[in-house]
Amino acid sequence: MPIKAEPLVVNIGPQHPSTHGVFRMRVTLDGELITDAEMVIGYLHRSMEKLAEERTWTQNIPFTDRMDYLAAMTGNFAYCITVERLAGIEVPERAEYLRVIFAELQRIASHAMANGTFVNDCGAWQTPLLYMFKEREKILDLFEMTCGARLTLNYMRIGGVAFDIPDEFMPQLKGLVDELPDRFDEYDQLLVDNEILLMRSRDIGVLSAEQAMNASLSGPMLRGSGVAWDVRKGDPYGIYDRFEFDIPVGHNGDCFDRFMVRMAEVRQSLRIIKQAMKQLPPGKICADVPLNFRPPEGEIYSRIESPKGELGYYLVSDGGPFPYRFHVRSPSLINLSALKDMVVGQTVADAIVTLGSIDINVGEVDR
Amino acid sequence: MPTATTPMAGADLAERITAAVPDAVREVTGDTILITPEKLTDVAQFLHDDRDIDARFLNALSGVDRYDYFEVVYHLSSLAHNHSLVLKVRADHDNPEVPSVVGVWQGANLQEREAYDLLGIQFSGHPNLKRMLLWEGFPGHPLRKDFMSLQGGLSPGLRRFPKEDPEQWGGEFRAD
Repeated sequence: MPIKAEPLVVNIGPQHPSTHGVFRMRVTLDGELITDAEMVIGYLHRSMEKLAEERTWTQNIPFTDRMDYLAAMTGNFAYCITVERLAGIEVPERAEYLRVIFAELQRIASHAMANGTFVNDCGAWQTPLLYMFKEREKILDLFEMTCGARLTLNYMRIGGVAFDIPDEFMPQLKGLVDELPDRFDEYDQLLVDNEILLMRSRDIGVLSAEQAMNASLSGPMLRGSGVAWDVRKGDPYGIYDRFEFDIPVGHNGDCFDRFMVRMAEVRQSLRIIKQAMKQLPPGKICADVPLNFRPPEGEIYSRIESPKGELGYYLVSDGGPFPYRFHVRSPSLINLSALKDMVVGQTVADAIVTLGSIDINVGEVDR
Repeated sequence: MPTATTPMAGADLAERITAAVPDAVREVTGDTILITPEKLTDVAQFLHDDRDIDARFLNALSGVDRYDYFEVVYHLSSLAHNHSLVLKVRADHDNPEVPSVVGVWQGANLQEREAYDLLGIQFSGHPNLKRMLLWEGFPGHPLRKDFMSLQGGLSPGLRRFPKEDPEQWGGEFRAD
């Protein structure tokens, strides 16, 4: 006879290493199985959307760093490209290429971090995480060399980028691009063929393509479920239509597939960087945008493919120096829409792995 | 698949919506369609199910305070046909209420909760409409334009940096 246990409510987080920040999951357990799950967020809410309404368009760029602080470059990119489309600003060629190089480097750094912490959640304690950190560190060195910051970069500007790359940048980037595939081959051998990782992540947190689309999931979450959708291909922004790359997709929609999609995307990003390095033209790095910048009255929604998914900005301008409305479609928040569907019926240990595979960044969830 | 997402023509789309759900379209401007709130769920279901429109992906749901009324903006797209469309509904400022579309797009769940939390728009029919980013009992809804002057709202502090204050700079803003 099955033993029926009293329902037990357990709080996972907010202060817990496996929740990747101050995220709280309130799960109801029957024995070891989860019967209900509710997420509690807001611990890192900094009211950026309100603050942005009282800052100028340019002053809002540092906020975008602090949303997804592990991918500040793409945060800058998404905001700047939205304002440029709203105001009809042409970005110089060189700036477009620099943006692509830095955005793709940021994607590698973010995916390395995501996969490192995911493997950590699976029980491979710290070693793979630190390998991934090692690679990320080299990318942050390149950022530091160019704009002086490693995490909150504030590198892009409306109309271009803030600084040109120094002379020693290109040789170092070339070294990195040549070296990274070998490193990631090693990690593939270490992780992908690892039986423990397979057993912990295969068939865990399965989402069908239909479910993923209905829950507005994007990025590796959507592609892991087998939908070949990437904003860089489907709705190319900047100069992404000039590069050749593939969209890696998963088949089962489980945690392992999401992990593999991220691993494969690192190689695609390297492909893009190699092409961009070859084509990088000389010239100006920023368009002439007046200090007293006021876009025309209107509204716009535009999106880019950030490492976490579709990062969109809905901006409303009343013609003044400040945005009238500044709304972020943050992929980290919306990717949590399907969390309950994924974790109900699993054990707590599997729920941790599932949460790790979503790759949330609480800075972007709460804003 | 086209190589870039194309916005669907508003007038043509409005005709198709009217054919399926009469009296739903209030106004068409460019590719934006304003829907009457009462018909929103029917229109949403139609756009989701129709094979040619196939708006099965809700990109973003945003609320805007327009002083006289609230506006909820739905950015929808079809990943298969690679086109996009924009729906809007308006809600009364004193008692904003809009039907929830969670039944059609599950992805609206958290975004509607966010709009409720920060703007105070009631989404009727939402399965779990409660505050998400702020705590229960927080005074007012901060993204409303009149938040600072609400009773029980936060006291107005320094609203602008001194450098940004036009009065101190003789009217024109300078960023140096």
